[in-house]
Amino acid sequence: MASQDIALMAHLMRRAGFGATREELEERVAKGYEATVDELLDPESQPAIDRYELIRYQPWTWRPGTIQGMGSAEWLHFMINTKRPLEEKMALFWHQIFATGVSKVDHYDEITRMVALFREKGMGNYKDLLLEVAKNPAMIYWLDNFENHADAVNENWGRELLELFSMGVGTYTEVDVREASRAFTGWTFEPKLPRGPIGRHDWQFQYLPEDHDDGEKSFLGETGNFNGEDIINIICEHPATATFIARHLYNFFVADEAQVPAWQVTPPKDEDAIDLLADAFVDSGCDITATLRVLFNSDFFKNARYARLKSPAEVVVGTLRLVGGFEFPGPGLGEMARQPTYMGQDLLNPPSVEGWHTGVEWINSGSLMRRINFTADMVSDVSRPGIRSMISRMQAQGDLTPQAMVDNCLDLMGPLEVDDATRQELVTHAEVGGTVSWATDSDVSASEERISEMLQLIVSLRDYQYA
Amino acid sequence: MTSTKKDPVLVVLQLTGGNDYMNTVIPHAEPLYREKRPVVGVADERILKLNDSIGFHPELAPLRRFWDDGNMAIVHGVGYANSPRSHFRSMDIWHTCEPDKLGTEGWLGRATRDIDPNKENVVTAVSFGPSLPRALALPGVPVACVDDLENFGMLTSIQEEMQREKIINRFSRLYSPTIGSGFVMDYLGQTGLDGLKAADILKVAPEQYSSSVEYPDTPIARKLKGISQVHQANLGSRVLYCDHGSFDSHSNQVGMHDGLWRDVSAAVSSFFDDLRENDAADNVILLMFSEFGRRVHDNGSGTDHGAAGLVLMMGDPVKGGEYGEYPSSKPEDLEQGDLVPNTDFRGVYTTILEDWMGLDANPIVSGQFEKVPFI
Repeated sequence: MASQDIALMAHLMRRAGFGATREELEERVAKGYEATVDELLDPESQPAIDRYELIRYQPWTWRPGTIQGMGSAEWLHFMINTKRPLEEKMALFWHQIFATGVSKVDHYDEITRMVALFREKGMGNYKDLLLEVAKNPAMIYWLDNFENHADAVNENWGRELLELFSMGVGTYTEVDVREASRAFTGWTFEPKLPRGPIGRHDWQFQYLPEDHDDGEKSFLGETGNFNGEDIINIICEHPATATFIARHLYNFFVADEAQVPAWQVTPPKDEDAIDLLADAFVDSGCDITATLRVLFNSDFFKNARYARLKSPAEVVVGTLRLVGGFEFPGPGLGEMARQPTYMGQDLLNPPSVEGWHTGVEWINSGSLMRRINFTADMVSDVSRPGIRSMISRMQAQGDLTPQAMVDNCLDLMGPLEVDDATRQELVTHAEVGGTVSWATDSDVSASEERISEMLQLIVSLRDYQYA
Repeated sequence: MTSTKKDPVLVVLQLTGGNDYMNTVIPHAEPLYREKRPVVGVADERILKLNDSIGFHPELAPLRRFWDDGNMAIVHGVGYANSPRSHFRSMDIWHTCEPDKLGTEGWLGRATRDIDPNKENVVTAVSFGPSLPRALALPGVPVACVDDLENFGMLTSIQEEMQREKIINRFSRLYSPTIGSGFVMDYLGQTGLDGLKAADILKVAPEQYSSSVEYPDTPIARKLKGISQVHQANLGSRVLYCDHGSFDSHSNQVGMHDGLWRDVSAAVSSFFDDLRENDAADNVILLMFSEFGRRVHDNGSGTDHGAAGLVLMMGDPVKGGEYGEYPSSKPEDLEQGDLVPNTDFRGVYTTILEDWMGLDANPIVSGQFEKVPFI
């Protein structure tokens, strides 16, 4: 099997999913790249996660309510074990855009339902998704639309809808913000009861015609007695929306871009790529799957290997999938679910409606240390199935020179591409122990120890921070 | 410059989300306040009146003594022209001092570079929280980003000390500037090496610390306690940053804004008690700011994004009192329903940089701005 095929498949699976073991990569290469893209784009063709197994062993993951720091355990389990990796990756994509947090909503269940919405509709039509989000109670609460009344307009949702969810700052006026907000008056949820000691009542979308501003509105050059649906239709027809979604997809799947507030003044890194994605979005009538198909089959995607930094969720889930042993929802799931938080990405609780700053802004001295400490700890355990499999593959080759051991480790950890100076440092480190031998039991255990140490060094590399 | 022998230290507490100026320092004598804020307005008898025109929100009670003792400056109407009313854009402007174009260099990153141009101390600037605020971002300038002071260290899972040392040595070589190319690789390399050094330096801070002051158990109190520990360890830290939020009170403002200030006031109060008890207060000033104030009219439940905001300066070296004028709430004086800023935030920064830190402010804030004489 050509190593270039493995490298390309590993790239696809890191981006369209959370990485894959070498065994899975080999199976997928046998199927072919385009066939794999087709399968990823058709999640229904694969079985869904058995939620009941999770609930049986971790009952609190079902409706975690207000349990501090426990809300994302279910999602972590899904991300690690899904057979529909792109569906889960798109849920994360939309969560980073429609960033809604428990810091204000004060209840995990509602935000978890929103993630389920992303899972269900995140690869369909963007217009349908936007309408569902506009009616989502967690979003209505998060951006105060339940306080947006015919006689007292609250601009929070109207502003962020335009600034962060569809068109981007600079493509509309303050009057458009006001008029869009008026169109969403009366969009609220029920029941509006105070939070009880163990959580909230389930919320449902509610439309109150008597609280809706029925007057004429002027929005983006069009005039009419608009309601929320009309605003969403006008937004989705606007070319700024296609470009905005294209830039988000590029930043998330292809290469690190400038952050959203800079888009007004900073052109895309690859204008042709953005045009291609925006055209696919427009031509398909805002269809996300059609746009993703163009993306994953494009050369700009295939050539963007290691062109972006991993998000904390990608670091944690990718590492857990690699080392294995987390298929069963056993004890410790909650602690694992908190790991991305320690690295600066508290899932279901973004720092603000802007979501997380990505790319190089993920990295500071504290978060980098957390990344290294966590991944080194995980790969140091040679009893984990993923590490055992790597060791077996090396053992099957017989005695290894230090160079061969380093190259094997780099290959099985990615394949990770490092420059000569870095490889030489690793080789120098490996040379201290001489040949990697499997002759006696004590040789085996010494060799395993050395491989474990090498893997810890490899995950500490700067190169490992790239996806 | 100051008369103190110790190096001047700046602590920043960022009130994220747009703190409601008019409900923090309340213009109680202004009839329009009550008229425009039927829902969120604070009842007259609950306002902690400081003089004939202004008073504190009742949850600022623990800070009252600092005002009475002359250690607290209220700077009115702070902001800049043409507020975009976007949290992110506005916070960027406060962080980078670039209202007209997109800045990437933080003002405190530049200040840190000027304080320590040879990067001799990787803990000159320390930020408490999971992400690095853009105010401190400047390529090449190290900032120690600490989430939890007790667990700040590299490869702490390797128990065996010799093996850990061996791997750390290799790590240092792998992160060295000769290996790597391009901005992101260099940034990662520098961040890793600085982190390694910072961890070694900062680990003494909680070990050396002792104080009889008991901080409340809140996130902001934990951050300020960490700042106090680092400051009291005398590690040469000069810029210490933390934040609290979210102050974005579009709805249900009354309970929410109260709770935020209850936590902030109690934490700040403990912080200064702690510093004073340990003879560590005379070279510290605290800046509290937010990206904007909020609209004059309430919206029936909270307040929407506004323009002019409030800056509070605290500390023993601060000259207490009011600075500037409370912007007019008269409808004809408002801009899109908002108070119009009459003090440029870069003037506040200029005062801090020149009269406190002893730096040349012009290149840091990109221009000449009128100072606010609170030092």
